[in-house]
Amino acid sequence: MSIISRGFRGRRHEAAADRVPPGQYVTRDFPVLSAGPTPHTPLDQWDFSIAGEVDKPRRWTWDELRALPSEEVTRDIHCVTKWTKLDTLWRGVSVDTLLDGLETSADYVVQYSDGGYTTNLPLEDVTGGKAWVVFEYDGQPLAPAHGGPARMLVPHLYFWKSAKWVRGLQLRAQDQPGFWEINGYHNYGDPWREQRYWGD
Amino acid sequence: MAGTAVLGRLTWRAADVVEIVPETPRAKTILFDVPGWPGHRAGQHVDIRLTAEDGYQTERSYSIASAPDGWRLALTVVRIDEGEVSPYLTDELRPGDRIELRGPVGGYFVWEPAQGGPLLLVAGGSGVAPLMAMIRLRAAVGSDADIRLLASSRSWDDVIYRAELERLASGGLTVVHTLTASRPPGWEGYARRVDAAMLAEVGPSPAEQPKVYVCGPTPFVEAVAEALVTLGHEPARIKTERFGPTGD
Repeated sequence: MSIISRGFRGRRHEAAADRVPPGQYVTRDFPVLSAGPTPHTPLDQWDFSIAGEVDKPRRWTWDELRALPSEEVTRDIHCVTKWTKLDTLWRGVSVDTLLDGLETSADYVVQYSDGGYTTNLPLEDVTGGKAWVVFEYDGQPLAPAHGGPARMLVPHLYFWKSAKWVRGLQLRAQDQPGFWEINGYHNYGDPWREQRYWGD
Repeated sequence: MAGTAVLGRLTWRAADVVEIVPETPRAKTILFDVPGWPGHRAGQHVDIRLTAEDGYQTERSYSIASAPDGWRLALTVVRIDEGEVSPYLTDELRPGDRIELRGPVGGYFVWEPAQGGPLLLVAGGSGVAPLMAMIRLRAAVGSDADIRLLASSRSWDDVIYRAELERLASGGLTVVHTLTASRPPGWEGYARRVDAAMLAEVGPSPAEQPKVYVCGPTPFVEAVAEALVTLGHEPARIKTERFGPTGD
């Protein structure tokens, strides 16, 4: 039973409630959450790798990644710090494209980034049209503060599960909690079940 | 990192408002008693939840500004005119009211006295709140850690915790202000946005390997973190906490 906050009326958003997970509010801004300085890797030194439990590791340079088929995706995103942003527009390469034809026995994946950030999730959460490596936001190259040159987009989970400055995916037989996951945040992070913190 | 965060489920707790302290024209500190509060580490935050009479709920996160002190918690809230929650907290809430809160949250942007110094704390506006928890903890346990606080505010009247910082600043705690919009007559301190030259003058040098904590609005934190890296501070030793939109 919740405590009524005397005199609190609140500001309900006109968006259909079925688009705003519990405890979230809709923002038009695009706030930023990162734990350290923004890294700046020159594009000619940038690459993206698929490593770990795979028959053959894969690697793309920036130009090679940009030459892969990309798609435009419009999704709602939900940050654990409570904001939800509706209808965000991205362009990127589907993880299905990156994993196409790959042999693996892995059940988990760790995204790893410049600056040392990591985040973990089940492999099935990045396959089947659920995840992308994106390099454009709203028709423009992705800004460094938002994870440029490229970040992950896994919009069905809280946004810390979409690593900024991503440099690769490590496929793993066993789960391995990432940066926020060892610092008090939920291992899976489903916004619709409000899995924000350990024990949620 | 093991043991840096609180184990187990973070349950919603009743939080009773015991006192409201005006800090600046726009900021107030709200002191709560939270029965059963498990304690926290300096730098962590809490989630608060407000419920309207018709059941509508909303949640926000606020940094804890107080050092661990039993069931007592201090949150400092800046009124954002178009905000949904901060005008309620700063204008409507009164001692005797009760809201819900859970935490503590976050195991990264934290400092323990046992980690020692030197520390460089860089605050933009109300970003000083979690850094104040570190400064208060240092005082509470009698730590002699070398801590430098560089606080950026719009004006002298906008400096949060000004009197307490003046009182605490001695014996290893250095407090430096920069005022970006207006200065009182005769002001001889910094009068510009934080930049690399200022950070070099205030802070321990990169060679002293200070632990650096930066908290403030996103553009402020981006600029400060960038300048710190340029000066030679190891990115892994720079911890940041950003709030608000990016400004671009």
